[in-house]
Amino acid sequence: MKTRYETVIGLEVHVQLTTATKIFCGCSTAFGQSPNSQTCPVCLGLPGALPVLNREVVNAAIKTGLATNCRIAPYSIFARKNYFYPDLPKGYQISQFELPICEHGWLDISGEEFDPKRVGITRIHMEEDAGKLLHGASAGSLVDLNRACTPLLEVVSEPDMRSAAEAIAYLKQLHQIVVYLGVCDGNLEEGSFRCDANVSVRPVGQVELGTRAELKNLNSFRFIKQAIDFEVERQIELIEEGGKVVQETRLFDPDAGVTRSMRGKEQAHDYRYFPDPDLLPLEVSQDWIDEVRAALPELPGQKRQRYEEDLGLPAYDAAVLAAERPVAEYFEALVAQHNHPKLCSNWVMGEVLAAVKEHDVTIASCPVTPALLAGILKRIEDNTISGKIAKTVFSAIWQSGKSADEVIAEKGLKQVSDSGALDALIDEVIAANPTEVTEYLGGKEKLMGFFVGQVMKASKGKANPGLVNKLLKERLQQKT
Amino acid sequence: MSVPQLTISDLAKQLQEQKTTAMAVTRQSIERINSTDGQLNAFVTRCDDAAFKEAAAADVQLRAGSAGPLTGIPLGLKDIFSTKGVRTTCGSKILDNYVPVYDATVVERLRKQGAVIIGKLNMDEFAMGSSNETSSAGVCRNPWDRNHVPGGSSGGSAVAVAAGQVAAALGTDTGGSIRQPAAHCGVVGLKPTYGRVSRYGVIAYASSLDQVGPITRNVEDCALLLAAIAGYDPRDSTSVDRPVPDYQASLNEGVAGKKIGLPREYFIDGLDPEVKRAVDAAMEVYRGLGAELVPVSLPHTDYSVACYYLIATAEASSNLARYDGVRFGVRHAGAGGLIDMYQQTRSAGFGDEVKRRIMLGTYALSSGYYDAYYLKAQKVRTLIRQDFTRVFAQVDLLLTPVAPTAAFKIGEKTDDPLQMYLSDIFTIPANLAGTCAMSIPCGFDAAGLPIGLQLIGKPFGEGEMLQAARAFEQATDWHTRQPSL
Amino acid sequence: MKITEKDVAYVAGLARLALSPDELTDLTGKMDAMLGYVDKLNQLNTDGIVPTAHAVPMANAFRDDQVVASIGAAAALANAPLGVEDYFQVPRVIE
Ligand SMILES: [Mg+2]
Ligand SMILES: [Zn+2]
Repeated sequence: MKTRYETVIGLEVHVQLTTATKIFCGCSTAFGQSPNSQTCPVCLGLPGALPVLNREVVNAAIKTGLATNCRIAPYSIFARKNYFYPDLPKGYQISQFELPICEHGWLDISGEEFDPKRVGITRIHMEEDAGKLLHGASAGSLVDLNRACTPLLEVVSEPDMRSAAEAIAYLKQLHQIVVYLGVCDGNLEEGSFRCDANVSVRPVGQVELGTRAELKNLNSFRFIKQAIDFEVERQIELIEEGGKVVQETRLFDPDAGVTRSMRGKEQAHDYRYFPDPDLLPLEVSQDWIDEVRAALPELPGQKRQRYEEDLGLPAYDAAVLAAERPVAEYFEALVAQHNHPKLCSNWVMGEVLAAVKEHDVTIASCPVTPALLAGILKRIEDNTISGKIAKTVFSAIWQSGKSADEVIAEKGLKQVSDSGALDALIDEVIAANPTEVTEYLGGKEKLMGFFVGQVMKASKGKANPGLVNKLLKERLQQKT
Repeated sequence: MSVPQLTISDLAKQLQEQKTTAMAVTRQSIERINSTDGQLNAFVTRCDDAAFKEAAAADVQLRAGSAGPLTGIPLGLKDIFSTKGVRTTCGSKILDNYVPVYDATVVERLRKQGAVIIGKLNMDEFAMGSSNETSSAGVCRNPWDRNHVPGGSSGGSAVAVAAGQVAAALGTDTGGSIRQPAAHCGVVGLKPTYGRVSRYGVIAYASSLDQVGPITRNVEDCALLLAAIAGYDPRDSTSVDRPVPDYQASLNEGVAGKKIGLPREYFIDGLDPEVKRAVDAAMEVYRGLGAELVPVSLPHTDYSVACYYLIATAEASSNLARYDGVRFGVRHAGAGGLIDMYQQTRSAGFGDEVKRRIMLGTYALSSGYYDAYYLKAQKVRTLIRQDFTRVFAQVDLLLTPVAPTAAFKIGEKTDDPLQMYLSDIFTIPANLAGTCAMSIPCGFDAAGLPIGLQLIGKPFGEGEMLQAARAFEQATDWHTRQPSL
Repeated sequence: MKITEKDVAYVAGLARLALSPDELTDLTGKMDAMLGYVDKLNQLNTDGIVPTAHAVPMANAFRDDQVVASIGAAAALANAPLGVEDYFQVPRVIE
């Protein structure tokens, strides 16, 4: 039954920007402050107060537009969206309507569950956020306007996605981009990256879109998937039973895993948009666009490609290293000091990320800096230490902040490559394991690993494993 | 001589020569209000105590010799300006208890220059009216005949100046709200070019039309007070970053050789013959002063009122959405929850005229009507602006009546809003075009009510307009007449 | 009639105004007169005319992204009809 229907998904994402101040006033945007402490006449909507646009918000919009292949409008305007709600101080939201700053963009998405495809971005516009409502135990609702007037970008996609998997891939990529650009902290739970999904179904082959439901309250990627899957099934069932999907807003209930109609609780939408007379038109020159473009960081997609093609890394490594900007920056700093990309990749993806996670620090504040790690890698490659001892050195540096050479010297971790010193150890091991020696000589050559291990152990890991191997072979040969 | 007879420049001279003190002047102003305001109702809120404190501070400056032209001068403010710590009602019950936490930019500027703020002046509710009859503080009366309206919406400001309660006042003008009451009360009122004066802290009626301006006893004071409030304000995106010329320095340059346009559409049938006679006489004065009077045409004038009432009400419907009983103002809680609270608060808080305009504006923006009404009006606004651009390529200034009649009787037009709106026909076009315009006294009708002459200047042509006004004033004595109170 | 009582009631809902039956009738008449009057704009052909949103043509007014001290919760709440601790309180919003 399901296969006779096609799912159509369009997404509206509200990206909260990381500017220091609000979009139209100088109040701080810091999260988690005491209620109404970050307010002023402008963001309280007091009589007579007027908005003035934060230039950084425009920069963030241009950055995001460029990174999502949008056309940046040379002329755009702000409009008022009129409706009453206690979290909306002025009785209207300043947004962009007819002439948004960015249009006609796209993102290419890929994943295991679908063929690679291009998702269109209809528009990106700037707007102010509303405040927060609290519904506590008291008879009324409480209003905190600290968040009112904080800057948002609303990114509206075309209805190009055909499954929850595609929607999630699109969202993750958009998320990665805005975090990379540094325009958003990407925190879904705190609401820095909020998604509404327009979901409809239609019989396969039908050209016109089905009636859509707008899903809200989706504050994790998992919920988004659950909500879309539930909604698709609900709509198909409804149609199969002869019913009709109505256009409405539906809230996702994460506990029950279902979407519920908000019908009856909202007024008819007649927002009476008109150009805000308090704000001037925004003109973005080509020079301004070029300036922003020149300062754009390399984006994750570009990095992945470069890591694969120029550094010769496997696709998996490239994806992991490029996924987060601080990881990529660490990796690139490391390669700059130690030009052996695959070894660097192994260490970043292995030891570094594990330690960062274990100690719960950011990679940017990792005490084993790229320079210090390069010092370790150098000593691995010149055989001063083994890969295994290197991990001990890494831990020691994490604690002390000293260089690899200092740690190796202090702890006497230098690899023993002197055959005279190793001979004695080898003799001991051979003497202590006569049965294994006999078996080895009888043809059980796999035991070589056992002997090497024993010698390494006796050397406390410091023996040069290659040399041990060679010397052991020679000595055991002599036994025959 | 006491405050009722004195201009800002006279007072400043006396103060600086230490012939009087700011305290004494403030006391005279307050005494004058005490003795006259019972009949006039110009003041909504008095700030006597604060005024005396400000006067004391002004005296310190005066004694130190660091005083400016406004130091110690008693001024009144239309109750539309946000004044920190001083109740600001905007003539509405919905703001009956509202005490702002910040000063409007113009108020801040006046304070910084040592002016003494005497109080807040009556006005039509949210500046919506032409008669000062819609105020929650009650009708304000014309000092020349107390059965007549003072005009509006800045009625209280014009009355306080005409009656000698303060030396000068600030008003706001969205469709004539400075010029029309100034004309009806026999004082000088100027609406600057849009963007010349900051709107920050001025309670918005129609944001794309509102401008702040001075109401004074003569043109010299008008130039002085305009200079004190004009200039770029980074807190108002629509304020223009352009230097303020020295209006006073060029004030006495005269009008010889100037071309003054007489727009034919302003001399219509509905024009009261006595008003026409006074304006005709003013033309002769200008001719005598060496100006060349040129017939011109502003063909879209007849569409201005319709255009204005769509744009102004649309903007107002949105600007007045913030009066919702949540953060400030008087709340009327209904039993039915949030929406009921909104409806009760707004229905009880707004007067009939405000409701009518909110309704008209909401309708003009609503789904399906935007293009037919709001957008259409914005396009007609372009045609009206183009009229002015074309005419100002030919002439330096325009000369017109301010209003078709002198002040009408209280209650005469309250039942017919459209008739009231139509009385703003001569003042509205300058707001739509964004250019500057002013009203100066040019005579009296047979009943002894003042008549105003309107000069309309080029955008940012306040200096040239003030010169022409000053030339007229020096050739006539209308501005020296005072109502008997 | 350009506008009906039903239209006026709808607009009143958008504007959050409660109108008595008398007010509704009176307003409908007055709005109808006004809309009849503004109809004169349709005498003008405005094809291709760019609408005027700002009388003085300007663009690009910005502020720098610099924090300016807020007024604080006490001042924010100073005029609140109903405040609870540092919050504004409104009748319960059902979501
Ligand atoms: Mg939005
Ligand atoms: Zn603020």
